[in-house]
Amino acid sequence: MNEINIKFLEDSFKKYYFNHFELIPIPQRTPEREFGFQKFNSGFFNRHISLKDGKELRLLFMQNTPSDVYCSNAYYAFPNSPMNEKDWKEADLIFDIDAKDLDLSCRPNHTVSICNQCSEITKNNNQCTKCNSSKLEKKSLPCKNCMDASKIEVEKLTEILINDLGIEKENIQIYFSGNEGFHVYVYNSQFQKLGSKERSELVDYIMFRGAIPETFGMKKFKPNRSSFPDFNQNGWNGRFSKQVFGSKSKRSKIISELLENGYSSFQKTLEHVSEEIGVKIDPNVTMDIHRIFRLPGSINSKSGLTKLLCTDITKFDPYNDACFLNDEPVEVLATCPVEFKLKNKKFGPFLNEKISIPTYAAAYLICKKLATIA
Amino acid sequence: MLVLGQDEKAKYPFLADAGEYLKDKGFSLTQFGSDPVLKLSVEKALHRIKVAAAGEVYKSDLIDGQASKDYVLEREVFSFLLAIVLIKLTGMSTLVKRFALAEARRAENYLEKDLGNASNKSKIDLATRIIYDLFNIEIIKENDFFVMPVSDYLKHSVTFHEREWKLINRHVENGKVFLTPDKTVRLIRKELGNYISSKITNAPKPSMIPGLEKIVDELITISKKLTPTYAITTGEYPPCIKHAIDVLEKGENLPHSGRFMLATFLLSRGQTVQQIAPLFKNAPDYNSRVTLYQLNHLAGTSGSATTYACPSCEKLKTQDLCFITKECDNIINPSQFGKKRK
Repeated sequence: MNEINIKFLEDSFKKYYFNHFELIPIPQRTPEREFGFQKFNSGFFNRHISLKDGKELRLLFMQNTPSDVYCSNAYYAFPNSPMNEKDWKEADLIFDIDAKDLDLSCRPNHTVSICNQCSEITKNNNQCTKCNSSKLEKKSLPCKNCMDASKIEVEKLTEILINDLGIEKENIQIYFSGNEGFHVYVYNSQFQKLGSKERSELVDYIMFRGAIPETFGMKKFKPNRSSFPDFNQNGWNGRFSKQVFGSKSKRSKIISELLENGYSSFQKTLEHVSEEIGVKIDPNVTMDIHRIFRLPGSINSKSGLTKLLCTDITKFDPYNDACFLNDEPVEVLATCPVEFKLKNKKFGPFLNEKISIPTYAAAYLICKKLATIA
Repeated sequence: MLVLGQDEKAKYPFLADAGEYLKDKGFSLTQFGSDPVLKLSVEKALHRIKVAAAGEVYKSDLIDGQASKDYVLEREVFSFLLAIVLIKLTGMSTLVKRFALAEARRAENYLEKDLGNASNKSKIDLATRIIYDLFNIEIIKENDFFVMPVSDYLKHSVTFHEREWKLINRHVENGKVFLTPDKTVRLIRKELGNYISSKITNAPKPSMIPGLEKIVDELITISKKLTPTYAITTGEYPPCIKHAIDVLEKGENLPHSGRFMLATFLLSRGQTVQQIAPLFKNAPDYNSRVTLYQLNHLAGTSGSATTYACPSCEKLKTQDLCFITKECDNIINPSQFGKKRK
């Protein structure tokens, strides 16, 4: 990214942090967290930073004009020491739901490819149309369908967290990630002190992975009808029933079919069911107990949008509600073959055009490498 | 501290204070080397270790968890305490492990019976107290099930490789896991083994008791036969590693977790950072400086000096990196692939 673009983004981000610092909730137990940040165009990751309080956090923003700021979900005795000397105490439970992991049919329609070799920008391709290179970077643009699908996953997740895992509703916070998904935080739960292996088991539970036929009533030897789950059961048994039997009237007939098809076929049914009812979270994120996560309230440099707390997820519109950069017009040279919508305004498609657009839209395109300041 | 009745001491002898017990009964260790009546307990102790070494569970002389006569009870406890003394005298860690596991399984049988004994509340209370005192797991009886917090369940169940122990295969509700008595007890087998094993390890090593030398020698011979050695019989890579190499060769993107697996596996097979680095050349985001930095970090030659191990098969399954074939032969880590017992 060239200097002019960096300066533009730095200035815009700085203004946001100056005017909207109240959108950054000061993390609980700040001195026990590890912070980190990156600057534009610098491959270097500043990590292992400890901060005393909100004032020091504010100073970090003002002094460094970072592109991205991160904070650990873990609490350490010595957060600024090297990783193996930090003395890990516990970590909040975090889930990442990202639209790119949902295999949605709309994806090709709002994805653009940027060639790593010749920088040619085209609508979703696997090979560059100009130089035939297969090394392409994919960028996805806002899509309501993607967000709606992600919201469904968030709702599925919170239902399991509350009903199965006994987490109090007030200890769950949902954040728009600032790009294409949501981060779900769980505080003060019985899982705080669990290590990576145990968290990976929680992941499999939530994703409905590793289920065996016996758990859902199918015995290997002498299977019988009475052991199959029913609608009124709690947890996965009830969800399984709703998914597989559909309605009470069909239950008996479907059980007969399942028994007829046998044990190994049932295993396949479970795998299929897993795709349907398992929550699509990123397993690596929840398993990682030393990760630093984008700081709530900070801007995501992949988009210029804010990682924002969602109080009412059904009504939440990320491409309006999390768009805080100003609307001063800026002249940019843009190549964006796909139309997109921010703050309820349509933009594009742009084919190597010089255009004047609001700062938030310009920042969005520059962050996605689809425009430069003219 | 638990107050145990006579029968309980025989069932759970590892809970008794060994020194106290002997003193209470008016015996000293040296007597067991010479006294012909006490030698019966020594023979029982030897039998107890041999059974454990063979991977089986020693069958007590208790009937339904009760000793018919006082001396039977005494011998049960003595033989356990003496077995520990004998194992200490051999100094063989293999025997410690085997004995601890077998004794844990023996105790498990009693715990299971006590928990499942719906008519005797005091027995259930004792079993739940033992589980709480030793392993800090609070279990509550709810109808026919024992209920514990999901987090406690996970801390113990993650060491199991059988799929039935996965949380998804348990009844989970409102932050709690519901278990039958046998599963509740099975859950703590390993910890029970560790508890017994740490009791043995922490016990002071006695000096040789005259009259027991032969028995100790016999146990050393048994133990030496038990220690397995492994050798790599094939140099072949497991399917997960082959798949990762394939992906990279095609120039497709291998996720970070896949790269971590591949690098740590190859390092464990003795390859150097320089040999491994070129594998990543085709990755869409290849950067030689970053690759070398990361490989050196994994090898422990830079950064924290920690050498990272290849993730377990279980973890790779969760990360969608496992491509199991029958050649995997129940291994639990890719680095075991193709290794056979000598």
